Amino acid sequence: MRHNGSYSADSRISWVEWLPWLAGIAAFFLLPDFLSLGARILVYVMYALSLDLVVGYAGIVTLGHSAFFGFGAYIAGILAARLGWTDPLIQLVFAVAGAGVLGLVTGAVILRTRGLTLLMLTLAIASILLEIANKATGLTGGADGLSGVTIAPIFGLFRFDMFGKTAYWMCLVALFTSWWIVRRVIYSPFGASLVGIRENFVRMSAIGSPVYGRLLSVYVLSAALAGAAGALITQTNQFVGLNVLSFESSGELLVMLILGGVGRIYGAFVGPVFYMIAQDQLAKQFPEYWSMGIGLLLVVIVMFARDGVLGILDRVIAFVRRRRQPAS
Amino acid sequence: MQEFIASVVSVAFHGTAYGMILYVISVGLSVTMGLMGFANLAHGVFAMAGGYVLTTAMDRFGIPFPVSLAIAFGLVAAASVVLERALYARLYTAGELAQVLFTIGLIFIAAAVARLIYGTLQQPVHLPEYMKGQFSLLGRDFPTYRVFIIAFGAVMVAALWFGVERTRFGAMVRAAVDNRGMAQSIGIDTQRLFMLTFALGSGLAGLGGALGAEIIAVEPSYPFEHLVYFLIVVAVGGLGTLRGPFIAALVIGIADTAIKYWVPQFGAFLIYVATIGLLLWRPAGLSGRTA
Repeated sequence: MRHNGSYSADSRISWVEWLPWLAGIAAFFLLPDFLSLGARILVYVMYALSLDLVVGYAGIVTLGHSAFFGFGAYIAGILAARLGWTDPLIQLVFAVAGAGVLGLVTGAVILRTRGLTLLMLTLAIASILLEIANKATGLTGGADGLSGVTIAPIFGLFRFDMFGKTAYWMCLVALFTSWWIVRRVIYSPFGASLVGIRENFVRMSAIGSPVYGRLLSVYVLSAALAGAAGALITQTNQFVGLNVLSFESSGELLVMLILGGVGRIYGAFVGPVFYMIAQDQLAKQFPEYWSMGIGLLLVVIVMFARDGVLGILDRVIAFVRRRRQPAS
Repeated sequence: MQEFIASVVSVAFHGTAYGMILYVISVGLSVTMGLMGFANLAHGVFAMAGGYVLTTAMDRFGIPFPVSLAIAFGLVAAASVVLERALYARLYTAGELAQVLFTIGLIFIAAAVARLIYGTLQQPVHLPEYMKGQFSLLGRDFPTYRVFIIAFGAVMVAALWFGVERTRFGAMVRAAVDNRGMAQSIGIDTQRLFMLTFALGSGLAGLGGALGAEIIAVEPSYPFEHLVYFLIVVAVGGLGTLRGPFIAALVIGIADTAIKYWVPQFGAFLIYVATIGLLLWRPAGLSGRTA
């Protein structure tokens, strides 16, 4: 299942790739008590997918991806709580457009730089948004968070119920759509050129690839996806807190992505599932040990398994195949 | 008018003290990043550790303040050598992403350890009597401890300048920053150099954290919360230099204090915007050598 987006790779959808969706649908019927957690997991998968595009494929190391997620979340929240635009799909459209524009404006600026400066700028942009959200209490509710977010039924038919059934379906459909878009992008020549830029920036410039334009396009796409995920988290929680914009949020997301495997589309699926279930079970009881565990896990992954859970899986499969070959 | 001048003097004074702390903490980060190209986000961990060492040494073991400062420097430097040899050194050739993730992992671990040992409350600093009073100069009173910080910072600046610009060791560091391969090929043991500068830089961060424990509260969220400021000092100042971060730290210290005093509603917003503007104008910082 390794997809490096190379141009020659077989781009047909293999049967294995339908499994996550079957699991998603099965979870709805088998685990009715955990639907709101499930919806949040789906949102984070989508968010991780958007980060994977920039970090994993294009090689832009960012610490400020929460800017887009948070921006989308606040757009949806403010539309609902302050302007009374409660239709979830309209909120989603505005969040996507808003985050996309933010991605275009900030990306046009920061993608001219590289390395530490780029890292610093992404962090600074997320910090600016956090600062604005913190101070503009009239609009955002400040540190208390934005409450009173009411969401109208989808198409006027499906109400957002307290068990999270509607939210779950909406997130699943949204995730499926983003997965389809991301997959198409990765397998396109455009996706192949992104991997090229990641692997060798100078050489891609030298052979005439419009590096800046490519990076900016993928940055905007990723920002828009993150914004959509943000709007969905607002609709799922019916609340927006400052934490959606925090550095910890970006850091946590990076942890989820590296846990699953960076630079592979399904790494973004596996990581959040493991992380959020573990967090749901452990974080409240043992907050100290939880963050220590996350830290240790990160160090171990970076030291020994830089391609995450799916990378380990790949190696196990390769190992088993090699063992089998002499026998056959 | 009289009042306005008084507030300007006060802001400049407190801002300078804050800037000195920022400098002592961040200068090590600038040098190690310039030298090894290592994106060390966990630098604040060393500063926090210095703060905890100081308060523990003074409160639990009754060690005098100056000795505690020295212990904070020594212990943090020693611990950082262990970390450097065991972990950091393996990642020098790894990509930026691996370094970023690894150091974020260190922050998580350090914050958890700090919370387990000391709890979430900030650590109070019990300064000795001779640091508590006021110091009068030109008819104005200044808190003695801030005066001490500024004087101490100035001495550190002079010592660092001398060490880097006038000693053999400093010449080796400068050579390795400019061109690592060339430095290595003329017989400079760059690995040993890395280790020593890393220890020195981390020790200085520990010293800065200890010295500034009264200004920048020592608590488990320290390395996350102040990371942006340390990085701004380094990025704005430029990598691998001493002068750039010094100017950057002073400007940020004073600007931050001034904003908090006169226009608190802006918070850190103006500083971030100014940083972005400056980095667009000069991506390598004020005195960065590589474009």
